[in-house]
Amino acid sequence: MANENNKTSETNENTAKSENKKALRSVSATPHIRDHSSTARIMSLVIVALMPATLDGIRVFGPKALAIILISIVSCIVFEWGFEKITKQKVTIGDRSAVLTGLLLALNLPVSVPLWMPVLGGFFAIVVVKMLFGGLGKNFMNPALGARCFLMLSFSKLMTDFSYRPGGNGADVVSGPTALASLKNGEAYDLKQMFLGYEAGTIGETSALSLLLGGCFLIAIGVIGWELTYTYILSLLVFVAIFSGHGLDINYLSAHVYGGGLMLGAFFMATDYVTRPITKKGQILYGIFLGVLTGIFRLYGPGAEGVSYAIIIGNLIVPLIERVTLPKHFGYQKPAKAAKN
Amino acid sequence: METNQKKESLWTPFINGLVKENPTFVLMLGMCPTLAVTTSAINGLGMGLTTTVVLMLSNIIISALRNIIPDKVRIPAFIVIIASFVTIVGQFLEAYLPALNSALGMFIPLIVVNCIILGRAEAFASKHGVMASAMDGLGMGLGFSVALTLIGCVREILGSFSVFGISFKEPLESIGMTPIAIFVMAPGAFFVLAGLNALMSVIRDKQLAAGKESKIRAGSCSHDCASCGEDGCAHRFYDEKGQDKPVGKKD
Repeated sequence: MANENNKTSETNENTAKSENKKALRSVSATPHIRDHSSTARIMSLVIVALMPATLDGIRVFGPKALAIILISIVSCIVFEWGFEKITKQKVTIGDRSAVLTGLLLALNLPVSVPLWMPVLGGFFAIVVVKMLFGGLGKNFMNPALGARCFLMLSFSKLMTDFSYRPGGNGADVVSGPTALASLKNGEAYDLKQMFLGYEAGTIGETSALSLLLGGCFLIAIGVIGWELTYTYILSLLVFVAIFSGHGLDINYLSAHVYGGGLMLGAFFMATDYVTRPITKKGQILYGIFLGVLTGIFRLYGPGAEGVSYAIIIGNLIVPLIERVTLPKHFGYQKPAKAAKN
Repeated sequence: METNQKKESLWTPFINGLVKENPTFVLMLGMCPTLAVTTSAINGLGMGLTTTVVLMLSNIIISALRNIIPDKVRIPAFIVIIASFVTIVGQFLEAYLPALNSALGMFIPLIVVNCIILGRAEAFASKHGVMASAMDGLGMGLGFSVALTLIGCVREILGSFSVFGISFKEPLESIGMTPIAIFVMAPGAFFVLAGLNALMSVIRDKQLAAGKESKIRAGSCSHDCASCGEDGCAHRFYDEKGQDKPVGKKD
């Protein structure tokens, strides 16, 4: 938060005097960290980090995947621009968050969906989940995931049709259950294929390798912390090891990590700045909550996957997590102890 | 009260319930059946009309007995009267409209605890004459029915491509459209209710901007005069130029 305050004061130096005065009032106490981060820069970095997964999705699923991604991004930008024009607000499409939302939404759709689906999803993500609650920073739920769950509930048949043509229109249609579904039904699964992304699934979730690349890039440059992602994956593994009945079977556990949307969710969507807890302690708590919830959905739920539902339910309890993990003031002592002294 | 004034004052509670204090869009009462049974227009209409009948009959009886019922036991007395009518209406539905009865299911007996009915009994019928109470019950009930039917229509059109059971699914599906199933599920009820409420706000704002006195009251009044600290309001939910002051006194 302190970072952002500095940023506002810095950018406003050039603007009108009255505005400058207003900005100065919100400057936090020293020491200040000078930094060039801005919303647009962070969003661009996340988009760059998603590129390996995006390109891999296009490579495996063919040109239709590219069409879905482009339609989704364009519709998100248009809806944000249009909403802000109609309600006479400042147009904020320059912060690139709409691009990221569109990209994430497309990566969460299977390639077989009709082309109006990303448009409807973009409308729900931007207008209903984000803009109606006040725009970026005020949305209580990850817009892309909110839209995905909206589409899942509305068009469950289309959204779980994972048939695709590997490599484009020329190839034969491959259909079949996702790796997680076969895992749940006790069928065979191929770990190497799951790791490299040659499996049924949504456009962006299949290749664990490329998601891992992008995710590690984000952690390395400090855009996201490691705590949330690691505790999420780790607590899911612990939950699965205890309750699945497979124990510490390394293949089974790896399949749970590589399969489904866990990588995409844990690295790119649970870590969304707006909808995650602010403090590290809160993020760890949040990660554990998400991991256990995902485990419950995967092992005991009716479907094979539960990452997206787990994250949007997690989004709802974030305010409560913030409340219990409120940092203490420096030098703060518990009143009872102070009384003893 | 003069005759022409009295004639006018019978319409006032009716219009009041239908538009100005619409139970669903303005008072925000009776949300449970509103959200639960409006999966189709016919269910919404059925629920609304059933509630209207109960509301009107219980308002009449409570108004007629308002000077007999002791103040301290008025709530149990109201509930007994309302429950009797709900039982009668429920058995009537079971006998003559079994399809609607099974569609509404549990929500028929639950009309007993519908906030609108007890709210109007407490706020209006126990303080006004029989005719005015009957009109208030009718207006409120019809306002509720209109709201539920509207919500039901929107949900049915979007969620299952039909309206009042008349399906237009096939022509639309042949051009590649799919009903948005979430609208017949629980979240859809919230979306549609919020959307229609927003629409009402737009109309209200436009009326205010045009300098007209709004026909739709702002939703800021909690309609609980007992715990309201606002000065200068002695309206007891409804007051047209001070004609119809509340009869009963509540401390």
